[in-house]
Amino acid sequence: MTLTRLSRTWEPQPEENKKTNTPTSKRTAMRVIVPLQGVVQGRGGLVLGSVIPVLFYFLQLYLKRHRNDPNDNQPEPNDPAPSTSPSSSTENLPELPGLARSLSRTLLSPRSPRVPVYVSGRVGAILKDSETPYFVGLKKVKEDPYDELVNPNGVIQLGLAENKLSLDLIKEWLAENAGKAILDGGGKRGELSMSGIASYQPSDGLMELKVAVSGFMSQVMGKAISFIPSQIVLTAGATSATEMLSFCLADTGNAFLVPTPYHPGFNRDVKWRTGVEIIPVPCRSTDNFSLSISALDRAFNQAKKRGVKVRGILISNPSNPVGNLLDRETLYSLLDFAREKNIHIVSNEIFAGSTYGSEEFVSMAEIVDLEELDRNRVHIVYGLSKDLSLPGFRVGVIYSFNEKVLAAAKNLARFSSISAPTQHLLTSMLLDTEFTQNFININRERLRRMYNEFLSGLKQLGIKCRKSNGGFYCWADMSGLIRTYSEKGELELWDKLMNVAKLNVTPGSCCHCIEPGWFSFCFTTLTEKDIPVVIERIRKISETCKSHN
Amino acid sequence: SPSSSLSLISHTQQLSLEEKVSFIKLLARQYTVNIMPIVIEQPTVGLSKVALSKTHGEDSPYFAGWKAYDENPYDNTNNPSGVIQMGLAENQVSFDLLEDYLEQHSEASSGGKGAPGFREIALFQDYHGLKSFRHAMATFMEQIRGGRAKFDPHRIVLTAGATAANELLTFILADPGDALLVPTPYYPGFDRDLRWRTGVKIVPIQCDSSNNFQITPQALEAAYQNAETMNMKVRGVLITNPSNPLGATIQRSVLEELLDFVTRKNIHLVSDEIYSGSVFSSSEFISIAEILEAHDYKKSERVHIVYSLSKDLGLPGFRVGTIYSYNDKVVTTARRMSSFTLISSQTQHLLASMLSNQKFTENYIKTNRERLRKRYEMIIGGLRSAGIECLKGNAGLFCWMNLSPLLDEPTREGELALWNSMLHEVKLNISPGSSCHCSEPGWFRVCFANIGEKTLEVALKRIHNFMAQRGKEIRT
Repeated sequence: MTLTRLSRTWEPQPEENKKTNTPTSKRTAMRVIVPLQGVVQGRGGLVLGSVIPVLFYFLQLYLKRHRNDPNDNQPEPNDPAPSTSPSSSTENLPELPGLARSLSRTLLSPRSPRVPVYVSGRVGAILKDSETPYFVGLKKVKEDPYDELVNPNGVIQLGLAENKLSLDLIKEWLAENAGKAILDGGGKRGELSMSGIASYQPSDGLMELKVAVSGFMSQVMGKAISFIPSQIVLTAGATSATEMLSFCLADTGNAFLVPTPYHPGFNRDVKWRTGVEIIPVPCRSTDNFSLSISALDRAFNQAKKRGVKVRGILISNPSNPVGNLLDRETLYSLLDFAREKNIHIVSNEIFAGSTYGSEEFVSMAEIVDLEELDRNRVHIVYGLSKDLSLPGFRVGVIYSFNEKVLAAAKNLARFSSISAPTQHLLTSMLLDTEFTQNFININRERLRRMYNEFLSGLKQLGIKCRKSNGGFYCWADMSGLIRTYSEKGELELWDKLMNVAKLNVTPGSCCHCIEPGWFSFCFTTLTEKDIPVVIERIRKISETCKSHN
Repeated sequence: SPSSSLSLISHTQQLSLEEKVSFIKLLARQYTVNIMPIVIEQPTVGLSKVALSKTHGEDSPYFAGWKAYDENPYDNTNNPSGVIQMGLAENQVSFDLLEDYLEQHSEASSGGKGAPGFREIALFQDYHGLKSFRHAMATFMEQIRGGRAKFDPHRIVLTAGATAANELLTFILADPGDALLVPTPYYPGFDRDLRWRTGVKIVPIQCDSSNNFQITPQALEAAYQNAETMNMKVRGVLITNPSNPLGATIQRSVLEELLDFVTRKNIHLVSDEIYSGSVFSSSEFISIAEILEAHDYKKSERVHIVYSLSKDLGLPGFRVGTIYSYNDKVVTTARRMSSFTLISSQTQHLLASMLSNQKFTENYIKTNRERLRKRYEMIIGGLRSAGIECLKGNAGLFCWMNLSPLLDEPTREGELALWNSMLHEVKLNISPGSSCHCSEPGWFRVCFANIGEKTLEVALKRIHNFMAQRGKEIRT
């Protein structure tokens, strides 16, 4: 799942301050108008009724003259900068010119430029979602990124699932093959094939890339499964693949069951634009956060009682952020459950090639391959962002067994196609199976080493982690460090980690974990040298916490 | 199975990478032709309304014509009696300029031969987009408008194509059941882009040939009233300038009226200007941005511009679109939503260096305009000599052709009957006006920039013969 990431090209944004100042005059206006409105409505006198609008007109004129036109300043319409802590972040939301929507419209003529022009109901929810610690943290890193030499006191990124451990291998390959692969891959030798990249291409992806991706998926998920290229729809990232499936499988007001803790990005992918709901299905530390069918059943029945139609289950395997793998038996019982309730299964397998434990990864595709039953309800989301460390290239995959879903997704892919030169490049890269196999092996080895080092670092501090078999995270139990055993206590610790220790980590509450005190640490954005720095920073915080306790 | 042949081929050491690629292309092509039937039982598990809806419009004559072309495409030597594609607004007249550039700057496409920029290319997924690319995009948009309007790179939101940009704006500006007013005739894809997933309705602003399909205040008001009668909340007006399918720019006075109208109604104005660089003469195009600049950006919070590199730069395969909004809230929300439709960083990097090369862009814009004008004059002249008139155009990759005198009956059915014989007898795929919701039957959109000059000559000859044949039939 992709989000704002640490960027070396971060831009200083001095205008932000100016911008937050501009609407003050309008806030004043609000305060004045509201009592006036009361007077008019309360007495309803003819005289007052006619005088007040006139007064109001002059007031407006006055304010208009004395306010800065937002466009004079060329405001920086970048994201709002919720700064210090989650509690104060609301104040820093982008205040925009105009009055709140709740104001009476009768007083404000529609001609008045002060009534803000309407925006859809989705906007509010989207702006609000980015106040969560997950998004706030990402922004903090962007503003003040850690660098060993240049900015040693900056924020260290442990909150964004990207893998920098094996970029050297990709870089090597690109340096050798990139230019060629884009322009004359497959064309006559030495001849530019501009029309093959410039003109309109099938919006659901080039067939040659689908063939190459199906080969890569077999390589990653088990050679026994053969993925059929015509069952693939390629999209600009797994984010849009998930959204597309949400659009295809559920109507506004319907719901998906999602086992918790789940990746915070799912709220965006499943809910934002579709109006579909997520019903969290809690998994517990006592069960090692593994999925329980009885919990699914309970959630399903509760939803039914509320009159909410459940359309499917959304799982991630390897699970994100815990790093569990779902075993064959669980997958079978999941399929049984879905059959019984006649609902879909969306299996997010974007970390399938990033496993490093002793357990075996089993794709949902393998289960239905053997089962031959109920294929219609199974849809797999895959992508190259995690397993090939190429989030910038935006390649997501829908692999579905349902013809109608594929047909709809192909049409929907128009809204989210991958650029053709990138597709050409990746076709060549994935066909170089010697390279991809080597990459997968080395990358797994490096993931394992980093995971173990990070784990032992935390262990020194007495922090235990849930054993992970795949993915980029350590899922750590820090409940011993929170002052009160509650979400509030957890967020206080998050605040300290963020603002004192300058570590961007994701608190479990962002992943809808019901037990407070769990945190996820992404270790793949670090170098080995960074680990002692991170551990030292945590140590300092843990000492202050312990002294409190 | 393709996977097994794939693993076979990819593990063969004797073949070079290039050979493997060409083999896989062959395999892919074969695969596309005989797609293996997926044997599955009848679906019992339910799907959403979106999945089952026909709003994608794939069944309309507009797209049906494309299929007829795909099945029997014209080729000068191999299939001289095939269908000529004149239904696709694609610009290939300046491919050579792009090829020259890429040949001379091959380092741009690879991300700079292992340069330090590489890390950024592989990992960069920030929805703000590459700074260098946003800056280049803003400058390019200014250049196209002859420097008469300024664009702030911080307000550029990038999307994978204008299709996604229009949809994204609709998601932000309107709720399901709300309406956008769109002047007719309009681009058939809007029925999909603005309506399908958003649940928003399009209410047409009726324009007709009596004033060359220009938008009038009366028509605007009538459309607004019409929507209100149907109990819809009107959230905005969406225009294309230059117009698709008319191939003509919108006059300053009309833009002023539009701005006045949306301000009075307190609604939005979306100006889709994806053909702004394809106006034959730079001075004939006025962007809504210029009007706002003249008004000191007073009414700007309700105005949003959509742009893309698909038409003006002839790069639809690169999927690059942009939303330029003057409304902070819209910019912020659009950026977040753009997570669903980001542009590959490798493509951004390539285009950033291409567009920052001012010598290249200046020459490209100028040459491209000249070539489009030449093509336009060629087709207009050819049609005229066959006895066919077109709306006077000054922009775009198509002309708006009037075949109403040829209709057996002046109805949509009459128009589609003529369209059918054009497609199956004359073997030309052109788009019927009814697919653009034109209020008058008999108009057709004819694209002229996606085919070579020789092919265009063949097409004109076919039309000429068709008209002569008809003339004979009428006389006898």
